[in-house]
Amino acid sequence: MKYVDEYRSADAALAIAAELRTLVEPGDHLKLMEVCGGHTHAIYRHGLDVLLPDEVELVHGPGCPVCVIPLGRVDDAISLAERPEVTFTSFGDMLRVPGGRNRSLLEAKARGADVRIVYSPLDALKIAVAEPDREVVFFGVGFETTAPATALTLVRARERGIHNFSVFCNHVLIGPALRAILDSPDVQLDGFVGPGHVSTVIGTRPYEFVCSEYGLPLVVAGFEPTDILQAVAMLLRQLHDGRAEVENAYGRVVRRLGNPRALAALETAFAVREDFEWRGLGAIPRSGLRIADAFADLDAEQRFTVPGARIEDPKACRCGDVLRGRAKPYECGVFGTACTPERPLGTCMVSSEGACAAYYAYGRHRT
Amino acid sequence: MRCVLRLRAAPHVSGVVTLADGAGGKASRRLVEELFLDELRNPLLEPLGDAAIVGMNGARFAFTTDSYVVRPLRFPGGDIGELAVNGTVNDLSVAGAVPLALSAGFVLEEGFPLDELRALTASMARAARDAGVSVAAGDTKVVERGAADGLYVTTAGIGLLDLRAVLGLQRVRPGDRVLVSGGIAEHGIAVMLARGNLALEIDVMSDTAPLHELTASLCAFGPSLRWMRDPTRGGVATTLNELATGAGMSVVLTENAIPVRDDVRAACELLGIDPLYVANEGKLVAVVAPDSADAALAALRAHPLGAGAADVGEIRAADVPLVLVETPFGGSRIVDMLVGDPLPRIC
Repeated sequence: MKYVDEYRSADAALAIAAELRTLVEPGDHLKLMEVCGGHTHAIYRHGLDVLLPDEVELVHGPGCPVCVIPLGRVDDAISLAERPEVTFTSFGDMLRVPGGRNRSLLEAKARGADVRIVYSPLDALKIAVAEPDREVVFFGVGFETTAPATALTLVRARERGIHNFSVFCNHVLIGPALRAILDSPDVQLDGFVGPGHVSTVIGTRPYEFVCSEYGLPLVVAGFEPTDILQAVAMLLRQLHDGRAEVENAYGRVVRRLGNPRALAALETAFAVREDFEWRGLGAIPRSGLRIADAFADLDAEQRFTVPGARIEDPKACRCGDVLRGRAKPYECGVFGTACTPERPLGTCMVSSEGACAAYYAYGRHRT
Repeated sequence: MRCVLRLRAAPHVSGVVTLADGAGGKASRRLVEELFLDELRNPLLEPLGDAAIVGMNGARFAFTTDSYVVRPLRFPGGDIGELAVNGTVNDLSVAGAVPLALSAGFVLEEGFPLDELRALTASMARAARDAGVSVAAGDTKVVERGAADGLYVTTAGIGLLDLRAVLGLQRVRPGDRVLVSGGIAEHGIAVMLARGNLALEIDVMSDTAPLHELTASLCAFGPSLRWMRDPTRGGVATTLNELATGAGMSVVLTENAIPVRDDVRAACELLGIDPLYVANEGKLVAVVAPDSADAALAALRAHPLGAGAADVGEIRAADVPLVLVETPFGGSRIVDMLVGDPLPRIC
């Protein structure tokens, strides 16, 4: 399969792995954060961890959109879904995420709420057109990766004069999340494997503060085995040379300035919230998007009342430490016992891109 | 291998049936074990195989049933009528039985077009002829509009055990080889694409087909054939997990050896789905003794339905039975049972 097989070549991967070993010195302990859940997933799916030198430790970051949604927002979503007039539409991953009362959208659906899985916000808009008597709400979740599609859907709803459609907006921004992690006490990192899909939209420029203000290298990477290994090699070379730069190992799709049309759509349809609460990380200033004033009538939070309660993360769950790279999933006391993919306690266990789900699924209970 | 510790999962606490309970993975398994088996427990049901084995006057029969709720009713490569025959024929076949007769129960929704019903029944008749079985008994119920999604079909089947074969998880040995009869994940992907809400332009045909001739060719290997299954809902991953748990041994797959057609692989990549978890309706997984593996593979490949058969891995002794995939990069990963995502109705 073109564009996949060449990046999954075992020979190429082994060649990079050999190079990695020449770039570390015995006694080094280099801690690199793979920001994106897709990277975590790919590393364990392909068993790439065995190819890394012992001196390199990969820790996973906050880049799993499902994982960072706090309990209170899930409850808000459930309360919207339970309104009799509402058809609540969502990406499939969000359905199993438990809210504050340990109930999920999937259970709300089983109890009678009209919850439907869609693969795109445009599909939600189609439902609104086909069923004009229903109030169709789309659960907008994700980083700048998925936000442009939500933005374009809002624009299209406006153009077509569709009034029975609204968005419950939980879109978040990757830059402020990285800054929050870098500002956390006791987080010691040597560099970042930068997110791939987000960067197709925002480009590489928004990461430049990581180098200029924090003195750390960041290499944007794709999701195939050789992509990830190549990015690790570029990071090690930078560390070896004493450089701290943003480099792009995903040049086949990522440009420095990103995708201007997608960025323009974000600008049109969204405004930055003063702060937004992240699961496990707490409130981060200017890290979330809300619907722009010009589209306020399509904002589910304004059209309906939601409880808006702030609910503490479960005490037993260490999602916050996992998302900051402070703990490995198996160091959490409930990992694999009270918290499993079937009955997740923390969001990191829900999405297949969540670090805990990846560790559980691929058996990395101990390393 | 690094790791490995598998801890006991949390109990089923949900008070209502969710779609995950029907997805063929862990949640389904739990529903069956903790509710149905708990209430209905008896020695015939207890093995929870594809078919129960019933002895009568010296003869041994396989007996099974399955319901079909696939949507859409027609999909590239098949329809619900054909599926309802092949699925039950296959459950009998992989139990090592020659299918004899089926029953068919129809739940029809008020307003369902009779032309459509006739066409689907004709398709059933064709499939039954191809599999050499009769639909010997039937039942019809009609429910109010809205109480069923057009048409549901339940088939049951009975077959005579092939005495050459002695199948059972307890007969699986370390070193045995694991064979798959062809490209996996075709049915599940075909149905998902046929629903039209993914907007992917890939033509994937369902693999729905009767497996009785393939299984008969494997039964000829007598005691060297250890065990067979048709990996439907939950895919090859779920079937192999049942094998590992039941046999108390690990199944170690070679990732590059697992047959997946290019178009199916492309669809899986785009959808972010592991083909190991996607349903098949015309494939089997067989465990055979190592010295018969090549001959069994040749026997499968000699039949058109087994042309893409492959030796995908082996059975290994293990303290903690797991399904592992060895990647081309020298690593390995655990392939757990499907957790039970709310996947579309595929069978």
